[in-house]
Amino acid sequence: MLCLLFFLVTAIHAELCHPDAENAFKVRLSIRSALGDKAYAWDTNEEYLFKAMVAFSMRKVPNRETTEISHVLVCNVTQRVSFWFVVTDPSKNHTLPAVEVQSAIRMSRNRINSAFFLNDQTLEFLKIPSTLAPPTDPSVPIWIIIFGVIFCIVIVAVMLLILSGIRQRRRMSKGPTEVDDTEEKCENTITIENGIPCDPLDTKGGRINDAFLTEDERLTPL
Amino acid sequence: MEKARPLWANPLQFVFACISYSVGLGNVWRFPYLCQMYGGGSFLVPYVIMLIVEGMPLLYLELAVGQRMRQGSIGAWRTISPYLGGVGLASVVVSFFLSMYYNIINAWAFWYLFHSFQDPLPWSVCPLNGNRTGYDEECEKASSTQYFWYRKTLNIAPAIQDGGGVQWGQALCLVLAWLVVYLCTLRGTESTGKVVYFTALLPYCVLIIYLVRGLTLHGATNGLAYMFTPKLDQLANPKAWINAATQIFFSLGLGFGSLIAFASYNQPSTNCQKHAIIVSLINSATSIFASVVTFSIYGFKATFNYESCLNKVILLLTNSFDLEDGFLTASNLEQVKGYLASAFPGKYSEVLPQMKNCSLESELATAVQGTGLSFIVYTEAIKNMAASQLWSVLYFFMLLMLGIGSMLGNTAAILTPLTDSKVISSHLPKEAISGEEGTWFPNQPSLCFTPPPMCSILFESDLKAMTGRTLNWYWKVMWAGVSPLLIISLFVFYLSDYILTGTLQYQAWDASQGQLVTKDYPLYTLAIIGLLVASSTMCIPLVALGTFIARRLQGRGAPPVA
Repeated sequence: MLCLLFFLVTAIHAELCHPDAENAFKVRLSIRSALGDKAYAWDTNEEYLFKAMVAFSMRKVPNRETTEISHVLVCNVTQRVSFWFVVTDPSKNHTLPAVEVQSAIRMSRNRINSAFFLNDQTLEFLKIPSTLAPPTDPSVPIWIIIFGVIFCIVIVAVMLLILSGIRQRRRMSKGPTEVDDTEEKCENTITIENGIPCDPLDTKGGRINDAFLTEDERLTPL
Repeated sequence: MEKARPLWANPLQFVFACISYSVGLGNVWRFPYLCQMYGGGSFLVPYVIMLIVEGMPLLYLELAVGQRMRQGSIGAWRTISPYLGGVGLASVVVSFFLSMYYNIINAWAFWYLFHSFQDPLPWSVCPLNGNRTGYDEECEKASSTQYFWYRKTLNIAPAIQDGGGVQWGQALCLVLAWLVVYLCTLRGTESTGKVVYFTALLPYCVLIIYLVRGLTLHGATNGLAYMFTPKLDQLANPKAWINAATQIFFSLGLGFGSLIAFASYNQPSTNCQKHAIIVSLINSATSIFASVVTFSIYGFKATFNYESCLNKVILLLTNSFDLEDGFLTASNLEQVKGYLASAFPGKYSEVLPQMKNCSLESELATAVQGTGLSFIVYTEAIKNMAASQLWSVLYFFMLLMLGIGSMLGNTAAILTPLTDSKVISSHLPKEAISGEEGTWFPNQPSLCFTPPPMCSILFESDLKAMTGRTLNWYWKVMWAGVSPLLIISLFVFYLSDYILTGTLQYQAWDASQGQLVTKDYPLYTLAIIGLLVASSTMCIPLVALGTFIARRLQGRGAPPVA
């Protein structure tokens, strides 16, 4: 009696779960690519965990809270590692519709991935597209902030240069009037013009220029 | 009292100004391409010969003219001969056109620089499509770097006739680029002289850092081996020689009036012969140095792509035949392929069309130049490096320094003749024309050269007075014969080439295919091209004619003085 039941169960199992069965999904794992040296071997215990995770995802769907691990059937495990699975209803006669299974898996995808230390690329559910994480979009694009900073610096530098140029030119135009004042003061103070002090040029009485020979020395003695 | 001509604070500033003008983007993105196209290591032979025969003589001539005449290009040429004033005017016009589009490249460099401060880099990932199940279609067909360049940066239209809107991001960057150039040239040699210390030296710092990084990258040796392996048969190819001559000419920036402008701010006793030799040697050495860096990066990128391609094939085979994960590696791939083909012929023939033929050679052979090299190939390599933000910032900062250095020369070529001819205040507003992107500017060599046979005899005595030494026979031979012959033959070659090939073509980006396609220029754009060329070349005969007529009228009007 028990043997008969056992055969019946495996027969139903084979009927419901086989490659390309109705509502069946193929799963592919790339454990060695993902984990390298820390890769674990895929055995029946890992399979059990997988069934548990699928059952867990199904239980989150309303109306399917009574899904048990035994309702998840796994078959055709290859060396790859890849296999097919289906989820049956409590009566174990029909499989649950693919759409339901798909949405359940999509919602709990992260949990399933992390249970196996894998990600969307290394634990693939064929025909179940994964929701890609959108890139983080800050409210103000970063480049505008940096642009603003550099722009302000350049503007400030330009303004500074222009203003200092104007100030310089104003100082130059005031320059000639200041020169006239100093010329009047030349008689009172010693001013330097071309490195020669003004003072000696005003000396009255003259000066003897020693570069010229005196009358006596002009003719050399015999 | 006449206002004294502003001078460089010391000869080093002048040398740095010339170096920062000559060492520009062409050294980084054109020379490596030419090297690759025309035989790798053997391209150095025509390059060095052209440097000696064409580059150094013409550079010395330009510097000497500027230093002797102490005026910008218009005044200098007019002093040599009143009929040649048009040459100076033509070079100012060409420099004007050049500045217009060259600064856009600086704007792009700014854009990429500002975008380098993000994690992840915006050109390393494709944006998602509408329902977030996959990536944007255009990005998938092309690559994320190409997508960022053609769509996010340029937002390129499918053809030159199709107008797009104003790209505000680009417009802002262009305004900033012009402001920076304005800031550097505001006070003439006073400000330019200080800026050139940075624009000349900083690119070398970055290149050295990149050299060390590049040589330590995985696969760099592949690129270097590919580049430097000489293919001696290319020496017989006339195009190699022509391109070497053109590259020397444009790399040194001869004939645009910038070097005359820079030299005019020199002390009359400066030894411009020594400077000419130094600048030309440094320029060529930088080109070779930059191509070592470029090819190590190329090698890294090619190896990376080759290995990704192999991995894709491995994954495809593993999935199709349910082989054990990790069983297939690059080393046993061929063996296993053979085994699978014999064991499962039916399934194998199904899978075969999807399998790409991965070849390192073909990855290395994708020669790219210009904006494609800098903004697509380099960014692709950078995104795969560790600490990619740092490398990206360094790289685009270097591009900016190179670009601004060359822009200073271009603006000097325009401003110096203008400030010489009229008395204007030092505040010269320069408005930028921003708007739609100008990647359509035809890549033609400018037809404004320094054409006439050099009056070496007339010039010799002047040079002797200036530098205090007699002219070497080498310079005399070059100036009197070889260089002008070379320039004229180049000119004739390019002219005949354009006439023979018929319509000009340009590269357009096809968004649906995700790659570049070649299109013909429509008629009205050809007219614009013709106008651009004519506006510069016509200056020469027109001014000569004008001077001739003016002299004849003058001669008839005033009676001869005894």
